[in-house]
Amino acid sequence: MTRRQAFASNWQGRTALIALAIYCVYAAMQLDISWARIAVGLGEGARFLGRMWPPNFERWDTLVEGLVESLQIAVLASALGIVISLPLSLLAARNLSPWWISGPARAFIALCRSLHYVIVAILFVKAVGFGALAGVAALTVASMGFIAKLFAEAIEEISMKQVEAVRATGAGRLAVLLYGVLPQVASRFVGFCIYQLDSNLRNSTLVGIVGAGGIGGTLFAAFKRFDYDFVAAILLSIIAMIFLAEVISARIRKALQ
Amino acid sequence: MSAALEREWSRFTPRQRIGRWFLWLGLVAACVWAVRSIEIIPEFLADAPEQMADLLVRMWPPDLGHYRGGVHDALIETLHIATLGTVLSFTMAVPLALLAARNVCRAPPLNALANLLLVASRSVNSLVWALLFVAVFGPGALAGVLAIAFRSVGFVGKLLAEAIEETPRGPMEAMDAVGAPWGHRMLKGLWPQVQPAFWGVALFRWDINVRESAVLGLVGAGGIGVALDDAINFFHWDRVATILLAILVVVLVAEVVVTRLRKRLI
Repeated sequence: MTRRQAFASNWQGRTALIALAIYCVYAAMQLDISWARIAVGLGEGARFLGRMWPPNFERWDTLVEGLVESLQIAVLASALGIVISLPLSLLAARNLSPWWISGPARAFIALCRSLHYVIVAILFVKAVGFGALAGVAALTVASMGFIAKLFAEAIEEISMKQVEAVRATGAGRLAVLLYGVLPQVASRFVGFCIYQLDSNLRNSTLVGIVGAGGIGGTLFAAFKRFDYDFVAAILLSIIAMIFLAEVISARIRKALQ
Repeated sequence: MSAALEREWSRFTPRQRIGRWFLWLGLVAACVWAVRSIEIIPEFLADAPEQMADLLVRMWPPDLGHYRGGVHDALIETLHIATLGTVLSFTMAVPLALLAARNVCRAPPLNALANLLLVASRSVNSLVWALLFVAVFGPGALAGVLAIAFRSVGFVGKLLAEAIEETPRGPMEAMDAVGAPWGHRMLKGLWPQVQPAFWGVALFRWDINVRESAVLGLVGAGGIGVALDDAINFFHWDRVATILLAILVVVLVAEVVVTRLRKRLI
């Protein structure tokens, strides 16, 4: 009889870990990553940081303009995304719509979610030209993919008893939605919307990299001109804005509960 | 009696009603302000459907022959970037998570420092990290790997620290009582408890990183984004369509793989 070990060796796990380590070395070789390159890069990094300091806030008017445009893109994209997501999620909820409506609606939502918003922004820049409109459109698509999914999941979790009760009084379709469905999900919807506004604000500082408006364009231009002190100023203000937005949304969330 | 009957019941107090009214007013005002002052060129808006149709016509049919020549290698590179970046982020995130967890590291200044680093990593987007690393290490996959790793550290570290803080103290105390050294306490007391959370976070982040690494090439950080950027700059829209399809397929496959692995591991 063999003695039972308190801590049995996990051979399967160890083999998997070794395989992962071998893969990492192989992938690093494939990507042409070597210590020599990293060493050179670290020296460059020190110079780079040196040029970033001190941050240059001289062109603050350009900076504020970009930040305000990012804010506008975020507000509009969230508003549009929420307005479109409401009916879309009702269509996609499997307990309210028949399968031949919910199936295509779910596929559409998945499609909106699967492409990165920056790629969507590129396509919209081609379609509607450079500027904030492309950013608003791209982030609207991204918001639809995200909140419509969460909305639909929330709707699928409601209790059907109340819906049936409202239906039993002879209420119409709209009344069933307004008094049977919406009260059960409203508070969660508000939470999702605040979250989406938050993440749209983060993302709207980026879509400018592909020409879709906002502070990202200013940031990319400063990078290309090697204005690294201005880059530092932009990065600091983006972080400050996002941090502020996070604090405000946390407060709103607390007040709502 | 009759007073009680005639009392009008309402859902909100007057103060709440005024508060809600102001909230709605603020929301509508924000939207109106954004619509009125945002710079939108009407000609571009009027032109949009035509341009969109033109784009789709040029994309169809996708140049699938381009896949072998220019897309496949870039796609594999993207997957390498995502995986290596995730592994690297974990090697940085685990020590930070241990420092940030208040039940493992009992020095509040160290907790605060670790949390600060995690927040800093989270608040810079991966594309911006990529811009920084391209400036430091030059264009290429190395910048992409580092960008993915540095962006993931904050996310992974935060979730791991939360998982560590939620573990019951019993096993750790038992290891302590038998005089086990620090390494054994971590490995046999803490690790088995956070293992499911660890794999869950790893898979979740890998899935996100596959999506994110597809765009890093737009700023020169390697992967399929470089191929996409080239195709767009040359107006090869049929190739763009191929690349977009390839990205779509990879993202979907990654999602399926993650779901399968999660079922097996957790």
